[in-house]
Amino acid sequence: MAKATRAAFGETLLELIAEGQDIVAVEADLAGSTTTGKVAEHHPERFFNAGIAEANMVGAAAGLALAGQVAFTGSFAVFGTGRVYDQIRNTVCYNKLDVKIAPTHSGVTVGADGGSHQMLEDIALMRVLPNMRVLVPADYTAAKAAVRYAAMTPGPFYVRLGRAEVPHVYGPEGITGVQDVDVTKAHVVRPGKDVTIAACGIEVAQALEAAKLLAAEGIDAEIIDVMCVKPLDVETLLGSVSKTGRLVTAEEHSVLGGMGSAISEVLSEVLPTPTRRIGVVDQFGTSGTPDELIEHFNLDAKSIVDAAKELLA
Amino acid sequence: MSHTRKFTPPANFDPQFVTCQATQMRIDIVKMLTHAGSGHPGGSLSAADIVATLYFGGVMNYDPQSELQGDGAPWRDRFILSKGHAAPVQYAALALAGYIDSAEFESLRNLGAMLQGHPDASKCPGVEVSTGSLGQGLSIAVGLAQGLILKGQMGRDGQTPPQIYVLLGDGELQEGQNWEAALYAAHYRLDNVVAIVDRNMLQIDGNTEDVMTLGDVAAKFEAFGWETASIDGHDIPAIHEALTRKRTSGKPYAIIADTVKGKGVSFMEDVAGWHGVAPCAEKCAAACAELEQLLKDSKDVMDISAAVMEGGGAHG
Repeated sequence: MAKATRAAFGETLLELIAEGQDIVAVEADLAGSTTTGKVAEHHPERFFNAGIAEANMVGAAAGLALAGQVAFTGSFAVFGTGRVYDQIRNTVCYNKLDVKIAPTHSGVTVGADGGSHQMLEDIALMRVLPNMRVLVPADYTAAKAAVRYAAMTPGPFYVRLGRAEVPHVYGPEGITGVQDVDVTKAHVVRPGKDVTIAACGIEVAQALEAAKLLAAEGIDAEIIDVMCVKPLDVETLLGSVSKTGRLVTAEEHSVLGGMGSAISEVLSEVLPTPTRRIGVVDQFGTSGTPDELIEHFNLDAKSIVDAAKELLA
Repeated sequence: MSHTRKFTPPANFDPQFVTCQATQMRIDIVKMLTHAGSGHPGGSLSAADIVATLYFGGVMNYDPQSELQGDGAPWRDRFILSKGHAAPVQYAALALAGYIDSAEFESLRNLGAMLQGHPDASKCPGVEVSTGSLGQGLSIAVGLAQGLILKGQMGRDGQTPPQIYVLLGDGELQEGQNWEAALYAAHYRLDNVVAIVDRNMLQIDGNTEDVMTLGDVAAKFEAFGWETASIDGHDIPAIHEALTRKRTSGKPYAIIADTVKGKGVSFMEDVAGWHGVAPCAEKCAAACAELEQLLKDSKDVMDISAAVMEGGGAHG
């Protein structure tokens, strides 16, 4: 079973509105793709389409938040973060507003649209902003929890959502059997002792697959879902690497500035650990199918296996 | 806050009173910038009559007491200084209105101060939202207008939503985001959004028409679906009339206020160089001498009018 994380977005907003939360969605002409269209359909008074005008989408969301609404912005990750970096910095974060930046179509798994539409720098951009928190859910269940947590917690959030279907990691149909998702934590989704693999987003499923391959070779990998990239759950990460002494990070993002960088920043100060970072190596994406692209950019389970074995060699 | 003035916003419009407040604000602007040693006098002085009319001409509904200590006065009208570099003009108004202590003027641009170089809502009472990166205030205004309507929030009259006043610089209109917001305001028919353009014709690098032609700003807003008014931005009765005009179009409203950058200080007027340079002590003294004389003259006029009014009452 598989489902895209974006599918959780509009659905969860509808649930929150039904519960009486002051939720609004501000979109930039991508309501169908991002699923904010569900809000437009059921609560048109709570949906605002800015047209193809992302800067005003973020600014209007800021104004809505000033008026006491919890404002989610849509669009694709490339337009919803990079194009509007200054609006997010100087209006949303500087004012610490209840604006939740939740664009979809992050990473290479956007697929055929190609490099212009495959956002690989968003985690880096968002996590350096003061007052901003960054959530990168691994599956549909985690995405629902992330959207809900962002809505219920004051202040700016970045929730990174994707277009491609990803296997269920959590919930009744999930690979891990883990039912409850606490989005503020790093989750040890597979305990192990030889090497720590910290993954986020779609790479959690790849890491779990890698763990199976490694187990066949007698290597016991501990898989951690780092769904909260900021603030990092340092305690869980330290607990794991102090045991394994080796770390692989895996993310559908540039190796520069993302989750792997965030963990390395901490470990280099408190517990220097031999590390390999899996990610897109300082380049733009390209057209292709999601599966082709995961393999092309060495984001697949085999690449994670190779990195782990390199550390164990 | 022991020196914070007790001030009740005037319900009625007294042009002489507004003139005196505007002149006092100009004096405060020049002095605080001189003390700070840096900042933006030109665009603060050009906007003084507009801001004074909003705060002291019976235009904006507000109540510092309940905003700061009471229920937050959710019915209040909002003022957004999109041209955040003109912070001193808002600080001067906030002090006269009783939001802040005028002693804070001396801390302008200091480490951790209430009066940051650009308005910081987390530090300065009476500032609705932090600004400084140009081109964003109008977007904030349109969202705020919609959010209050969605909340069912009414203004002080209990009949209509609070008004959102946003002061834009003219050079700032070169930021494309303004025009995204202008489309949006017209599309959603946000007639409680009032944008006032401080059309002083100057920006850092020179005349706006030399740097990047803005042309007929009123025509541009009209083409974007706005109702507009074009006024002399230093004619206080004209500013008041434009701000309080009965409107029925259902459109958002832009007032293009022709102003003089550095207005009120002879040697600063229409000089682009005074955009972002603070006066030295000597220039400050010269500026204040001019403004103090202006204030004295205005007060004399006010006293004469008051005497005439009283005399009229006694004999009538």
